[in-house]
Amino acid sequence: MTLATVVAMAMFLGVILYALLGGADFGSGFYDLTAGNARNGARIRTLVDHSIGPVWEANHVWLIYILVMWWTGFPATFAAATTTLFIPLALALAGIVLRGASFAFRKYSATLSQARLYGAIFAGSSLIAPFFLGTVAGAIASGRVPAEGYGDRLSSWLNPTSLVGGCLAVTTCVFLAGVFLTADAARTGDTELAISLRRRTLGVGILTGVVVFSGLYPVIHDAPTLATGLRGHAFPLLIVALVAGVAAVTLVFRRRYAIARFPAAVAVGSVLTGWGVGQYPWLLVDEITINDAAGADATLTGLLIVVALAAVVVLPALSYLLWLTQTEEWSR
Amino acid sequence: MWMTDTLLVLAEGQQPPGLLPARQQMAVSLGWHIVLACFGVAFPTIIFVVHRRGIVRDDAVALGLARRWAKVSAVLFAIGAVSGTVLSFEMGLLWPGLMGRFGDVLGLPFAFEGLSFFVEAIFLGIYLYGWDRMSPRRHLMMLIPMGLAGIVGTFCVISVNAWMNHPAGFSIRNGEVVDINPWAAMFNEGVWLQFLHMWVAAFMVVGLSVSGVYAFGMLRGRIDHHHKLGFTVPFAFASVAAVAQPFIGHVLGMRIHDTQPAKLAAFELAQTTESPAPLRLGGVLIDGEVRWALTIPRLGSIIARNSWDAPVPGLEGIPRSEWPPVNITHLAFQSMVAIGTLLAGVTLLYWLARWRGHDLRGNRWFLRVCVITGPLAVAAVESGWIATEVGRQPWTVWQVLRTVDAASQSSGLWWSYIAILVGYVGMTVGAVLVLRSMARRWRAGDAELPSPYGPIRSETAP
Repeated sequence: MTLATVVAMAMFLGVILYALLGGADFGSGFYDLTAGNARNGARIRTLVDHSIGPVWEANHVWLIYILVMWWTGFPATFAAATTTLFIPLALALAGIVLRGASFAFRKYSATLSQARLYGAIFAGSSLIAPFFLGTVAGAIASGRVPAEGYGDRLSSWLNPTSLVGGCLAVTTCVFLAGVFLTADAARTGDTELAISLRRRTLGVGILTGVVVFSGLYPVIHDAPTLATGLRGHAFPLLIVALVAGVAAVTLVFRRRYAIARFPAAVAVGSVLTGWGVGQYPWLLVDEITINDAAGADATLTGLLIVVALAAVVVLPALSYLLWLTQTEEWSR
Repeated sequence: MWMTDTLLVLAEGQQPPGLLPARQQMAVSLGWHIVLACFGVAFPTIIFVVHRRGIVRDDAVALGLARRWAKVSAVLFAIGAVSGTVLSFEMGLLWPGLMGRFGDVLGLPFAFEGLSFFVEAIFLGIYLYGWDRMSPRRHLMMLIPMGLAGIVGTFCVISVNAWMNHPAGFSIRNGEVVDINPWAAMFNEGVWLQFLHMWVAAFMVVGLSVSGVYAFGMLRGRIDHHHKLGFTVPFAFASVAAVAQPFIGHVLGMRIHDTQPAKLAAFELAQTTESPAPLRLGGVLIDGEVRWALTIPRLGSIIARNSWDAPVPGLEGIPRSEWPPVNITHLAFQSMVAIGTLLAGVTLLYWLARWRGHDLRGNRWFLRVCVITGPLAVAAVESGWIATEVGRQPWTVWQVLRTVDAASQSSGLWWSYIAILVGYVGMTVGAVLVLRSMARRWRAGDAELPSPYGPIRSETAP
């Protein structure tokens, strides 16, 4: 295994963690958006505030981590992607900016009408961001980003694989958020809220499974290289995703919310890892491999030092934050 | 002079369609983010002092300030985090020629910056939501990693900018970037002073902005312990920074003679190399002639070279195609220096008066000045960035990569620039409205600021 592969794996670990942690934050927007009017939706919206308030900025940093690893470790492919996928990246960025800003503004807004405006922006942009990030993934996975950059600015991300990627990103985010929010509601003792969230999470969970597995059909026709990988090395991961997804939905159905968070994360993580393994060894599918795209060895070594430092410095701190927010510790 | 420079830029011709909008967009988004970045860097340390005072001295007023400042930082850090993300995206969207070619040279400090941003975001989350949920002392400790992360983060980001001024850690053979040593790039010769300059500037911006808010309150007759403390603590931080800054700036400025003579010539509005060189205060260069400048003999040599008669290089020795936009660079540089000097004077005045037994917090004119020192400090930071960035043109990486070659070749970048303008105006309005409404509700006695859609509170229930 080369140095470049190790760095690529470290970067992809960031993708998985961003999808799980950041994804759950984005998905909360769906429940916020569909919570109903100010009176009926107050409890869900307050729950969303409490659930993602302390963690969203930390979870968001995984995106920065991915970008930095990408442009430092594989600089030319980063430029290739940004010049080709300018539009979806800019739209995802708009979603990220609007989400973060309006989430903070809403929490401290003085009147209900202001809160309504910021809330609508927050919730809507929460779904825009993952959709366009998903189309970016689809563009890379279907070999539409030329190594020299400046690929087609529209068809690179308006294609079957990208659209599947976008829908998949949104549904997995919403599913994860549903599981996490239901568990949070149950932990704070709000059984009524947990039951209403449970119902929606079950619906979303089944829909997510349908999107993931029916999405395979267009992907197989549209992205042959990825399809070969998915049928080969990545196949076991799809099985894991299926089993874990069914387990998560079943556990939510049986009201074992706290435990359901784990198979839900495993299911989404497996889908993503399936994508990564499926397109290995390509960095930009059909264009350039991880090894050929890699920057200088000295820099790759430097990046691994950063990753090691992250494991020592960031992971304990992050675990502390998640322990505080995801257990009984702060639920009193 | 704006028009001349714009026309010059336009007249250069043969440039990618993305160049001008990419420059403008980067300038707006960086200029906007830097103010919030200052808060991210300096605010945790300032909050630490009042929070610690609140706990150690059992001072309810200090603790109340810490609680409020924490809520303010929740808003500011959120928009700071997202506007920082904009910059990350823009590195690729606007400057693919820089990132694609030099990403593995300059990227490592960004990776370390990512680590420090992680630490800051994690402990911010714990700190903001930890009020009344953790032991007070442990809660206070959560600010320490945030302050440290601010230092490391500033160093790392500035390291990349310093590298653009002092390229290191690679060589170019046959057009290929080779012999890459990212550590040499990160610890380039310019990084320490530039870091110090910005880190200290952050304390000036935050210290003076926050103390200005309380100076405004005192002008309105709200003279109490709350306002006096809210003024004094951040003002003390800003004072140390403002007095240190001219010295740091001077040492930094002296290096420019050796590293970027064209930038120094533009700073000094020097057409010919003179020895001793005068200082030209204000003024612009029109058709090869300096107009409306106040010329002080010898002072240019003293300031730029720390000598009575050392020459200051002029633009004559530099090919016309490598001149930066001279007037913008000159005026921005002198605005920064003038404001910095003024701010150092204001802070010195306060402490001198206090030493002689006068409390200037009771002087309405002094308070009025204090209200505008925050915006002035912001103007100085913006001017400084304009001076150093515009002064480096036409290079993105000094004498290695021209900005034309760094910029995106894409058409249509004007649309993203317009979107950024609209979005940032919206965010500015939103932030100002929210912060003002928070202050209004605090004055009305509402300490906790519950969300308007939150659970119905007992006192408002029918």
